[in-house]
Amino acid sequence: MGNAFQRAKALPLSGKVGLALVIFWLAVALFGPMLAPYPVGAFVAYDVFDAQSAKHWLGSDYLGRDVLSRLLSGARYTVGLAAAAALLASTTGTALALTAAVGGSKVDEPLSRFMDMLISIPSKIFSLVLVAAFGSSLGLLLLIAAFTYVPGNYRIARALAVNLAQMDYVQVARARGEGRFHIAIAEILPNMIHPLLADFGLRFVFIVLLLSGLSFLGLGVQPPDADLGSLVRENISGLGEGALAILAPAVAIATLTVGVNLLIDAIGFSGKGKGR
Amino acid sequence: MSEAPHVEVKGLTVTARNAAGEIFPIVSGIDFALQRGEVLALIGESGSGKTTIALTLLGHARPGATIAGGSIRVGERDLTKLDRSALAQLRGNRIAYIAQSAASAFNPSRTIMDQVIEPALIHDLMPRAQAETKAVELFRALALPFPDTIGARYPHQLSGGQLQRLMAAMALITDPELVILDEPTTALDVTTQIEVLRAFKAVVLERGATAIYVSHDLAVVAQMADQIVVLSQGRIREAGAAAQILHAPADDYTKTLMAAARPAIRPAPEKIALPAAPLLEIRGLTAGYGKIGKDGRPRIPVLRDINLTIERGATLGVIGESGSGKSTIARVIAGLLPPASGQVLLDGEALPPGLQGRSRDQFRRVQLVFQNADTALNPAHSVGRILARPLAFYHGLKGNAARMRVLELLDLIRLPATLIDRPIGGLSGGQKQRINLARALAADPQLILCDEVTSALDTVVGAAILELMAELRRELGIATMFISHDISTVRAICDDILVLYSGTMVETGPRAAFGVAPFHPYTDLLIGSVPEMRAGWLEESHAGAAPPPIGETGDHPDLCRFQPRCAARVDGLCNTTPPPRRPLAKGSQILCHHGDESLCPL
Repeated sequence: MGNAFQRAKALPLSGKVGLALVIFWLAVALFGPMLAPYPVGAFVAYDVFDAQSAKHWLGSDYLGRDVLSRLLSGARYTVGLAAAAALLASTTGTALALTAAVGGSKVDEPLSRFMDMLISIPSKIFSLVLVAAFGSSLGLLLLIAAFTYVPGNYRIARALAVNLAQMDYVQVARARGEGRFHIAIAEILPNMIHPLLADFGLRFVFIVLLLSGLSFLGLGVQPPDADLGSLVRENISGLGEGALAILAPAVAIATLTVGVNLLIDAIGFSGKGKGR
Repeated sequence: MSEAPHVEVKGLTVTARNAAGEIFPIVSGIDFALQRGEVLALIGESGSGKTTIALTLLGHARPGATIAGGSIRVGERDLTKLDRSALAQLRGNRIAYIAQSAASAFNPSRTIMDQVIEPALIHDLMPRAQAETKAVELFRALALPFPDTIGARYPHQLSGGQLQRLMAAMALITDPELVILDEPTTALDVTTQIEVLRAFKAVVLERGATAIYVSHDLAVVAQMADQIVVLSQGRIREAGAAAQILHAPADDYTKTLMAAARPAIRPAPEKIALPAAPLLEIRGLTAGYGKIGKDGRPRIPVLRDINLTIERGATLGVIGESGSGKSTIARVIAGLLPPASGQVLLDGEALPPGLQGRSRDQFRRVQLVFQNADTALNPAHSVGRILARPLAFYHGLKGNAARMRVLELLDLIRLPATLIDRPIGGLSGGQKQRINLARALAADPQLILCDEVTSALDTVVGAAILELMAELRRELGIATMFISHDISTVRAICDDILVLYSGTMVETGPRAAFGVAPFHPYTDLLIGSVPEMRAGWLEESHAGAAPPPIGETGDHPDLCRFQPRCAARVDGLCNTTPPPRRPLAKGSQILCHHGDESLCPL
C-alpha cells in the first residue's frame, strides 16, 4: 500500500488529477446509491428542469426527479459495466494473444485472421442488431461491450507478445525446455503489463462511450434505472434551456473518461521512463 | 612548437542531474591541447566520460547534461561562449563528427552522394557539381570500391566497413579544422577494422587533419594517435605522448587497461580422470533457414558440413566474423534450430533435432549463455527468481533449499548475497553477465555454450569474466563451447579451436597449432588483423592485401567460400574445384588447395 502511495506521489500533475477523478468516480460507483438523498424514481420537485437549490443540488429533471440522486445511482451502471466489460475484453484478448505468440504460425494465423474479421464489424451496428434481437439486459450489454473490444486488445497484445517472444530470455527459457504455458505467463506477460494497463484504460473509455451511446439511443440500461448516457438522453429537451439536468451527466461522462485517460497517460509515461 | 595549440581544453566540467535532482559532475578538470595536424586519443571504459568530452568539442552536451565550466578553444573560437546559431555554423563545417555506428547514422531512403555532400551544401561552401567531384576524390582516397558510382547507391547496399568510410568522407568534405571520431571501428569485424583504419590513417596524413579519436581499444589507438589521454570516471588518469603511454605507463589504471587488453594464456587444467568418450559430437551438420531442397540443403544455408567433438571438461573455441554462422552452431546444439541434416550426439546418444522430444535431463546437460545479458535476463524478474527457476525446473528444489542454493551460486560467481532480491535493471553489465552465467550453472550442466559472453563488456570487466570462467572450469569440470570473434581471447582460453568462414570449417586443431604458421589463408588474415599495441603495426601488417586476379568462378556449391577474398587463390583451381580437407604438419586440419609447402611463403 505504501508502495502504491509512493508511486501516486511520483506521478506528474496531470496524472494526479486523473487519479483523483478516477478515485472520485469509483467512490461514487461504490457508495453513490447510499448517499443519494432521494430514491431513484421518486418525483420530488414540482417543477421540471429546476435550477440548483438547497433541496436539489443539481436541480430536477424532465419529470421532476432529483438529478443528483439519479446521477449518484446511475454512475454505478456506467463505471461498473464498463470496468467489467473492459476487464473481460482485456483478459480474453490477452489470453488469445499469448496463445498465438507461443503457439507458432499454425495457431497464430487462423486466430489473427479471425480477429481481423471481427474487427471489421462496426461496433455500434453490431450492438444495435444484438439488442434488437435479444432485448436489452445488463448481461447482454456486458457481453456486447466485451466482445466488441476483444479484437482490438488482441491486436495490441499480440504485437507486444510476438516481439517479446523473440527476446533472448525467451529463447533461453525455450532452450531450458520450459513449456509454452510457463513461457507465456512467467516470461512474456510480466513484460507487457504496462502497455496492457494503458490499453485497458483506453478500452474502458471506449466502452463508457459505447454504452452511453447505446443508452442515448434508448437501447442501453432501461428506465427507471439509468446510466449516465440515458440521463443525457432523457433530459435532451432541456438542452435549449441549458438545464443542469443534461449538463451534469454530460460533465460526469467527460470527467470520467478524461480522468481515466490522464491517469493511463501518466502511468504509461512513468513506465517508459523506468524501462530505460 | 612555439605557436599556440590549435585545440585547447582547459578545466572542462560537464554536469548532469540525477533522479533525485542533485547536480553531479560527469567529467571534471579536463585539460588537454593539440597542435594542428595532430591526433589525440581519448581512451577509457564505458562511463568514463570519453564521448561526453568528445561532444563538448562540438559545443554539445547530451540532453540532461550541461557544460558547467572551463573553456574549449578550437582555432580562434571559444565554443563555450558561442550561441546556438554560431555553433550550428561550425558543426559539420569547421568541426566534423564521425559516429560509432555508421549503419544507423545514414538515412536509408537517400542516396550516399546526397548525404555525403550535404554538409557542404548546407553551409553553402561550394556548388553541387564541385562537391560531387570532391566526394569522388575522397571515395578514392578512402579506398572505396567503384568510387565513381558508389555515390548513387543506398546505405543498405553497402557493408558496415564501407559505410564507416563513407561517414569519414561526409565529415571531410568541408575540410574541417577538427574531426572527432567516436569509436569508429568498434562495431566492425577485425578484418574490416584494419581496412577502415588504413583508410582513415591515409586520409588523416594526406590532409593533415587535426583529429580526436575516441576508443576503448589501446591497440587501435596505438595505430592512430600522437597523444593519448586516459580517462576513468570522468577524470584524466594519465596523459602524454602515445609512445610513453603505450610503453611506459605510469598510472596503475593504465597498467590495468594494458593488461586486460591482452588476455594471458591460461594453461589447460590437469585432465581429471574422465572416461575418454567425447561429450559432444557433431557429424555432418548442415543447417539454415527456409525450405529444405532436394539435395538436402536449406534454401538459405548457414552451416555446411560441420564436424566437431568436445571432450569432457574441454573448451572448444569457435571463431569467425559476424555472419559466419558461429551462433547458429550453438542454436542447433540447444535445439532452437533443427538442422537440415547431420547429427548432434551427447554422450554418444543422438539428440532429437528440435526442442520437441528432448528429455528434461537432455535439456539440463546443455546450457546456453547468450552474449547480451541485458536481453538474456528477464527484466521483470529478480536475481533470486532467475536463479531459482532452473533449480526448481531441473532439480525440484523449492523454498529454503532453493534459496540456500541460490546464495551458493551467488558466492560461486563472486557476487554479494544482498543482490538476491534486486531487480535485474539495477545491476551493472558485468554483474548481469555473471548472473547469466550462474543461471546456466544452476542447471548443473555438462556443457555450456557461451555465445560472445565478453563482447558487450569493457575489457577489464570482460577479463574478470574470463578469469571466473577458467576458475569454474577448474572446479566444476564443465565443458565449454566458447564462441567469439576475438582470436586472441580464444587462443588464450581454449583447448581446441575451430575457425568458421561463411558456415564452413576452414581450419580446426588444438590451440598449439594456432600459434605457429602456416595457417589457412583466412586464419592468417584473422590473426594478422588483430591490432598490436605498438605504433607502426598498421603499416607493417600484410593482412588485407589485395587478392591476385582470377578468372570466372564456377557454380559448384562446395567451392571455397573464402576464394573471393583470398590472397593465396590460384586461378584455374580455386575457382573450379572444391577444396579438399587436408592435415598440416603442425596438427591442424584445413580446407584448402594449399598444403604445408605452398602455404609457407604467406
